[in-house]
Amino acid sequence: MMKASRCDRYLPQTSCFAMHELSLTQSLVAIAEEHALKAGASSIRAIVVEVGELSGAIPEALEFAFDVCSKGTLAEGAALVIHRTPGHGRCAACGQDAACHEPIALCPLCGALAFAIDQGTELRVLELEID
Amino acid sequence: MCINCGCAGTPGEEHHHHHEHDHGARTLRIEEDLLAKNDRLAAGNRALFARSGLFVLNLVSSPGSGKTTLLERTLTDLRGKLAFAVLEGDQQTSRDADRIAATGVPAVQINTGAGCHLDAHMVAHGVEAFGLAGTDVLMIENVGNLVCPASFDLGEDHKVALLSVTEGEDKPLKYPQMFRAATLMVITKTDLLPHLDFDLERCKAFARQINPQIKILELSCRSGAGLAEWYGWLEEGVRQKSKEP
Repeated sequence: MMKASRCDRYLPQTSCFAMHELSLTQSLVAIAEEHALKAGASSIRAIVVEVGELSGAIPEALEFAFDVCSKGTLAEGAALVIHRTPGHGRCAACGQDAACHEPIALCPLCGALAFAIDQGTELRVLELEID
Repeated sequence: MCINCGCAGTPGEEHHHHHEHDHGARTLRIEEDLLAKNDRLAAGNRALFARSGLFVLNLVSSPGSGKTTLLERTLTDLRGKLAFAVLEGDQQTSRDADRIAATGVPAVQINTGAGCHLDAHMVAHGVEAFGLAGTDVLMIENVGNLVCPASFDLGEDHKVALLSVTEGEDKPLKYPQMFRAATLMVITKTDLLPHLDFDLERCKAFARQINPQIKILELSCRSGAGLAEWYGWLEEGVRQKSKEP
């Protein structure tokens, strides 16, 4: 059977997927601005965020939303640096560690429904570079 | 060595960098979750609900899976047994809240406008309209959307994900975040099964692949099949909640 190819480069701009990232990016800018103001910054040069592979957020959509959300804030013009954390977990049945690319409990190695994800769901602002 | 970035510059030579040095720049370590603010507000809601002994469900599904119909049927059938209040989330109109209010249950419509989900802040203000004392169950009907509502905690006890048999049985695989976050999956419109190719067992297996602990109920608001189990689950939840200190 032929398998359909997957297009990961597609950047939704009007769908709910972009909408989802829009609300996440609004929080991102708010968090950055709050910390920057507290530190007495006049502008933000860069924001480093961690986006887990299994977080459900699409980095390209965050970047797109960032340009919109940062306008008129201290973060306007700042570089958005995205660290992508790979998905990872451990199976309680076979006891092995494995990489995983979907938030799913099926062990990629033994097929048991006992795979516990321990990395890849992160969605955090890590650091700011401020003036 | 350059003290700014640690690169090894050759003494006596002009120091060229591929990047600009940010002499005035400072780095702030933050490590704050993007959803931290919503999570804080949700914790506040949860504490408020706990003080009132309120059992709170966040109903999520695609548009048209039958959330409002299940609510109408439940509120009507359990009238006199449990006291409900309902928050209705939709982008526009108060049509759903009007349907709920017609059953005699207090209902508040939250219009999210362009927003595609309810958040904890909206819910905190939405419940201000209710006197929560004397209420057993708060039903929050989220905006019909299987993506964003998965990320936003509202302070509920459980997310209940509805999936109707007119949808694809592989929806749990396509929207794993939601089925992972849900305690209960309710398969609706089962009276239509004889007319469809929907494979019930496959659907349940897919849901368990995403979330092995998920509880699954099947029902039809039209025929009434399976409603008794749903009511049993609800009443058990209310009982457990009222026992909590």
